[in-house]
Amino acid sequence: MMKDQKLWTWHLLAGVVILVFLGMHMTVMHLDALVNLPGLNPADGHPIDWANVVARGKIMFFPITYVILLGAALFHGLYGLRNILLELNPAPWLAKTIGVVLVLLGFGLFAVGSWAALTAHTVAVATKVV
Amino acid sequence: MIESKNHPNRLGIWGWLGGGRWGMERYLYALHRLTGLGLVGYFLLHILVTTSRAFGQGPWDRVMGTLQSPLFKVGEYLVFLAFAFHAVNGIRLCIIELGFGVGRPIEPVYPYRTSVDTQRPLALVVLFLAALLAAAGTYSFWLH
Repeated sequence: MMKDQKLWTWHLLAGVVILVFLGMHMTVMHLDALVNLPGLNPADGHPIDWANVVARGKIMFFPITYVILLGAALFHGLYGLRNILLELNPAPWLAKTIGVVLVLLGFGLFAVGSWAALTAHTVAVATKVV
Repeated sequence: MIESKNHPNRLGIWGWLGGGRWGMERYLYALHRLTGLGLVGYFLLHILVTTSRAFGQGPWDRVMGTLQSPLFKVGEYLVFLAFAFHAVNGIRLCIIELGFGVGRPIEPVYPYRTSVDTQRPLALVVLFLAALLAAAGTYSFWLH
């Protein structure tokens, strides 16, 4: 299988992962008026209220799924962006530069996002919500 | 990407919309790309913004406070609409990529038939489901 075919297959698989985890994320964050799952927003306010962020952060399921979603979405999004940019026929040196920049950006943001998700879990566990 | 080697994309971005007499699937393709670009732009910023929760309540509340303006609320709503379309249309693209819903191969005998006609019901289902999801989001964002 050629390299681009492999990457395209990963692109599709990442899309399925995103569909599941981003679907859950969107349901918790934006469809809370319709789907009010018990325990996910215990402060009874907006899902981004600190008390709700802490409550979700305490459950290890969330940081783990955040990291999986982060990796899948970064790959899916940046590979899609690369495909769109390369279709515009950039010069070979520019195409290579685009690839390198996007890979570095992806790994950099994955490191930052994963650190934030796991540190937030530690912060949430240490936080006593009144 | 390999297929496009030695076949320069002369139309560039204009080809997304003005490549010829395309059916509605061509416009779904263009919309899939536009929503994808919007989502990836938002997502990269979202990673940086939500990092503030790792620093505790003060930084989190400060950052979230700056994002409570109506402009950001509208932006977030547009992101949800983009997600609704991109997700449902992405399922359609996966189904078609795997060879389902495109009909059996047939001889190219005049009058020619196109597999796009076979795919059309799937595209209509996508639009319906995306609209349904968008309506649920609209209710949750603005009417609740």
